[in-house]
Parts: sequence; structure tokens; C-alpha cells
Amino acid sequence: MASIKLKKLEEYLHGVDSFEKPKIKLEQYITPPHIASCVLYNIQTLYGDIEGKYVGDLGCGSGMLSIGSFLLGAGMTTGFEIDGDALNTFQYNVTEMELPGIDCVLCDVLALPKCGKWGNAFDTIVTNPPFGTKNNCGIDMLFVQTGISMASGAVYSFHKSSTRDYIRKKVKDWHVKGNVVAELKYNIDTSYSFHKSKSVDINVDFWRFDVTEKDI
Amino acid sequence: MRLSTYNFLTSKAIKGVKVGFPLKLTIAKKDVVESEFNATFIERLLPRLDWPAIRLAAEIADLADDIPSEQPANIAENEELLKKLHHLLLEIDVLEGQLECPETGRVFPITDGIPNMLLNEDEV
Repeated sequence: MASIKLKKLEEYLHGVDSFEKPKIKLEQYITPPHIASCVLYNIQTLYGDIEGKYVGDLGCGSGMLSIGSFLLGAGMTTGFEIDGDALNTFQYNVTEMELPGIDCVLCDVLALPKCGKWGNAFDTIVTNPPFGTKNNCGIDMLFVQTGISMASGAVYSFHKSSTRDYIRKKVKDWHVKGNVVAELKYNIDTSYSFHKSKSVDINVDFWRFDVTEKDI
Repeated sequence: MRLSTYNFLTSKAIKGVKVGFPLKLTIAKKDVVESEFNATFIERLLPRLDWPAIRLAAEIADLADDIPSEQPANIAENEELLKKLHHLLLEIDVLEGQLECPETGRVFPITDGIPNMLLNEDEV
């Protein structure tokens, strides 16, 4: 069950402002509202991992997944982001939409495990990580690894479909059960000027990682 | 910054810092953002709270009368206290202020409600 209709959720998420000037190095692009609303709605209706839960959002950007989680009934959401400009937009979105239970921290996501206190702090972690195509190969799995250390229930993440076998093997080492919940087509069209063709479709998997028996 | 978030923040990522918790909180400007009380959610947070740290936060937020200095037993059955915890942890929003590392004195500013926990390369 979900506390809000899918159509309504998508309508709200269309009101979330994006990055003003996306930064190429950080591989910034907004999670499309249609995709964000569909996947979050499914996290709640299939697995009940949002309503009444403490949800963390790694690399939250301007807040699409944080805001969507809160609208679906999360008890509280905390977003983590390395880019201050993106977080200013995040705060603008949260204030503009008058949402109470959403917080954010300006920090390096990959340094969070070193901080000691965030381990198992959350029930659920959601992340749309950088895919690691800009000289930062493997960063998406570092986000997942960080998420696994911070969640006691489940981690949800987006990855290029081409990395499916690698991810399957990797999470097995951590005693984490992973399954692809949805196969998506991402259309990253006008985010960056160097994308010469008008739009680029990439195949993306939406993963659920069950971390209840993790060894990490 | 909500005080529930404060409950988890440390400066341990700084080179040489052993615990880095609790950070010394200073509030220059705060707001109260009303939100729906959910007893089950507060109960869910309880085992993840560091009681001395949130008691300290309550003192700084002028809510010391709301939060006992020792964590009482059976909080789950004490709805009045759950409501006070809800107010302290989820409704107090620190807009301007700072967090200070208890071991090195390094200051992390809170600006427009966002705590800046970024470290320079030479600090890690």
C-alpha cells in the first residue's frame, strides 16, 4: 500500500527543480521525475521499505529521491551530497514544497563510513550514483558499499545494465542479496552540451539489495 | 539541520581524531517546522539515539526541561516523552550555527540549514 497515488507523486516530482548548472566531473543529471516516481512507488508497494522508515539518499543532488520518499510517507529523510550548489537547490525545493521531514548534509558520501556513527542508522538507503564514466570507474559500487554499511534493511540503486554480472558477483562477496527490480531506459538528452546527438538512450537497471544478512 | 541528523554527525574522518563525537553545537538561528507525530517512527529511532548527545542538544535548543538527563526505561509507553522527542529531533531546524570537533576545535559551519562537513585534502 502507498499513502499517495502514483500519478499524484509524479505530478509533485515534476515540480522539483534540477541542477542549475550540471557539473560534468560529478556526472550530475537529475533523476527523471517519471522514473523516480515509478521506482519509489514500487519500493513502497512491493517491499514496504519507505512508509514510516528512516530513509537516506546518497548523492541526493537537488532532492528528487529524498522528496519522493518523503511524499510516500518516510518518517524522515536525510540526503548527502558533495556539491553545495545542488544542496541550495535541494533546500529551495524542500522549502518551496513546504515539506517538513527532509534534511541534508554537505559531505563526501564516500567518507561517511569513516565517520563511525552512520552505520545502520537508516532502514532504507536510496541512491542514484554517478555511473563512473568520467575517469571515476567503480564509483557507483562505492556508493552501494557505503549504502550497505548505513542501512539495516535495504539499499536501492541505479546501474548501467552492462555491469549486471559484475554487481551480482560483487554483492555476493558481501553476503547481500541483490535483484534487478526494473529495467529502464534513461534518456539523458540536454543535460550536457557535449552530448552531440540530440538524445542518448542508455539501459539502466534498478537494483534492490537486501542487506539484512550483510557482512561488510 | 534537524537534531536527529546531529545525533549521527562526527568529525572522526579528520586525521588523528579518535571519536569526534558529540560535536559542540552552537545555534545562532533556528526555526520550528511542525510535522505529523508518528510514535512508531520515534520508537524506531530510539535504539539509534545517543542519549547524552540528544540531551546536550536539548539544552542548547532551550528544551532541557523536555528531555531527562538519563534515558528512562520503557519510553515506548510514555507518549508524552515520545512527543517531546519528536519535537526535539524532527521539528527543530537549525538554520545558522556551527559544529565544533571536540578534539581539534575544527569548526563546521551550518548555513541556510545545511551543515558543511566537507574536509580539505590535508585534513584526512
